[in-house]
Amino acid sequence: MDDVSINVPEGSIYGLLGPNGAGKTTLIRIINQILAPDKGELFYRDRRIKTNDIFQIGYMPEERGLYKKMKVGEQALYLAQLKGVSKREALKKLKYWFEKFEIQTWWNKKIEELSKGMQQKIQFIITILHEPALIIFDEPFSGFDPINTSLLKKEVLNLRKKGATIIFSTHDMASVEELCDNITLINKAKTILEGKISDIRNAYKSDTFEIGYIGDPARLKNLASGDFEIIDQTAKENINYARIKVKRLVSDNELLSVLIPEVHITSFNELLPGMNDIFIKVVEKAQDINK
Amino acid sequence: MNKTGIIIKREYLTRVRKRAFIIMTLLGPFIFAAFMIVPAWLATVEDKEVKVIAVIEYSDMDTPVPDSLRQFFDVLKDRDNLKFEYIGYTTLDVLKSTLEYSKYFGILYIPHNVINFEVVELYTKKEPSLSMEMYIRESLEKYIHNIKLRKLNIPVEVLNSVQTNIKLKTIKLEKGKFEEQGLKNLRRGVGYAGGFLIYFYIFFFGAQVMRGVVEEKTNRIVELIVSSVRPFQLMMGKIIGIGLLGLTQFIAWIVLTFTIVTVTHEFLAFKTNVQNKQQYVPESIIDARPADQHELITDNKISEFEGILDKIKGIDFVVMIGIFIFYFLGGYILYGALFAAIGAVVDSETDTQQFMLPVTIPLIIAIFVMINAFMNPSGKIAVWFSIIPFTSPIVMMARIPFDVPLLEIVASMVILVLTFLAAIWFAAKIYRTGILMYGKKVNYREIWKWLRYRN
Repeated sequence: MDDVSINVPEGSIYGLLGPNGAGKTTLIRIINQILAPDKGELFYRDRRIKTNDIFQIGYMPEERGLYKKMKVGEQALYLAQLKGVSKREALKKLKYWFEKFEIQTWWNKKIEELSKGMQQKIQFIITILHEPALIIFDEPFSGFDPINTSLLKKEVLNLRKKGATIIFSTHDMASVEELCDNITLINKAKTILEGKISDIRNAYKSDTFEIGYIGDPARLKNLASGDFEIIDQTAKENINYARIKVKRLVSDNELLSVLIPEVHITSFNELLPGMNDIFIKVVEKAQDINK
Repeated sequence: MNKTGIIIKREYLTRVRKRAFIIMTLLGPFIFAAFMIVPAWLATVEDKEVKVIAVIEYSDMDTPVPDSLRQFFDVLKDRDNLKFEYIGYTTLDVLKSTLEYSKYFGILYIPHNVINFEVVELYTKKEPSLSMEMYIRESLEKYIHNIKLRKLNIPVEVLNSVQTNIKLKTIKLEKGKFEEQGLKNLRRGVGYAGGFLIYFYIFFFGAQVMRGVVEEKTNRIVELIVSSVRPFQLMMGKIIGIGLLGLTQFIAWIVLTFTIVTVTHEFLAFKTNVQNKQQYVPESIIDARPADQHELITDNKISEFEGILDKIKGIDFVVMIGIFIFYFLGGYILYGALFAAIGAVVDSETDTQQFMLPVTIPLIIAIFVMINAFMNPSGKIAVWFSIIPFTSPIVMMARIPFDVPLLEIVASMVILVLTFLAAIWFAAKIYRTGILMYGKKVNYREIWKWLRYRN
């Protein structure tokens, strides 16, 4: 890691993005105090992090696994105790989650008897059982089936609602847009982009609008001037669509005022760049600079 | 409960409940007993096949004695699987040349001068059993012995009263103290067994530590655990948990073995009493009765065995067990830490070979030195290897019966403790880096690098 600094606001969902080998897992391991940084410091709630703070962290590593021969219940109890939860407390909480996911019958099964999807549920319960204030998921959606993925997303949002702070690293840009409030993009151990998702998308917007309208496409074409240009036009179910790129200084209202006399507008959207595009763009740019 | 405690508990409980462990713990003492008893028992068990021996006596004219004049044959009573037939119509040479195709197992040639020269010859197709030899020899011995007595006109009563049975106890002066050799041999045996047991335990339970680490690494749970506890705690929890497992097994074995020995002892004591009563029946020694004598011999064996049991009980077991436990734990922790480090640097059990070798070699050397130490317990080699910590747990067990100077024991123990502390430090460094390292072929240079990491 090279001068990477992240600031995760309490109660938010924070995305850690970056290509493979960028250093996300290393950063996460440092936060978990598995690895010690050579340089740099870690603060938790405005003070330097302490060893015991790991009791307040829930961590689901990318490489997930459990003791195959151990029974589900016993294993969950064991791991909860290692996180500082008393046995009785752990039993109570496990009961709650097992009932919630309707998996009470798994208690005495060995992990190896469960399917992969089932193991993922157990893994998730183990991660959040001790009600951590900070939850870290490393690539949570890799290897999860769609049902568990949506379950996980739902629970992640639930957890935030209850006040937990969540950090997750992922390649899945759709889930970033869906869940994250803030992100940091790391490439080759360096931060290359960070901030609020909405800010980032605004910063990378290309001032392109998509309008839906009823009317003659030719009339619209004639409008093109120095202030804006029409990128393309399509039609779908009696409605025409046009993507229009405008000059920086032209406001949405000005564009609309030009359009309204010509066609009947049915929809008007600014096209914000997807995180996927931003990701590729930023990483490629960083690589060009390196060259 | 602190976290190392939780880990120890898991490591211990998941293993102690395994069927293989329970079976091994219960069967171990029986297997030991079997190792001692079965060979002895096998030696007494005879072949079921009935063997026929052709007996031929020769006269002083060097010709075969006819049936009517034979002298010794009747002494050789038939037994269940051993029959005798007298042959007086042909010569020894003929018998010998036809033996291969005859029904006889062998030919017993009794020359006329047997009373004076005490030599008979037994020609056989196959190796005769020990009991067959003994039976023939004792039968003839008894008979000839009696003939001699009769010639000298010695009455039975006199003979009975002069019959003496000397048991020789060898007591050797050693370092100003007299020590009974029988007991010493036995202690030597116990030390030897202890050394081997430590060797076995280090390998067996050390390998379990290694397998446990590899298991956690391959099923990837290790990252989850080290996000809750320090790698050092995980490693120590595992080593201690499995060490307690070994201790449990050892104690169970000791208790079971004592129980078996005591029960066997009581049982044999009872049996001997019964037999002694039976032998109260007055018997004439002049009567040639080899069968009775045979019984007597078995009886002697039983009391001998009983004597051994008594001697076993006479050993200072508290000291022996105490020293054993110390060296077992010390050796186990030393090697267990190294095994844990090996487990941490590999990705799967099959990759462990190249790192196993340097750990295995000192153990094997220790076994050789231990065997040497029995012959020369105060020799330079034995002394030094009982102080070098990598071999001391095994070699010292062999030396303990021979009055090791206190200074040497203390030095050996202190060095062992210091070394296992160093081994733990060394292993912890490798372990911490290794457990999160996947898909990388680690070599010794790489490990050297890890050792120099700051923290």
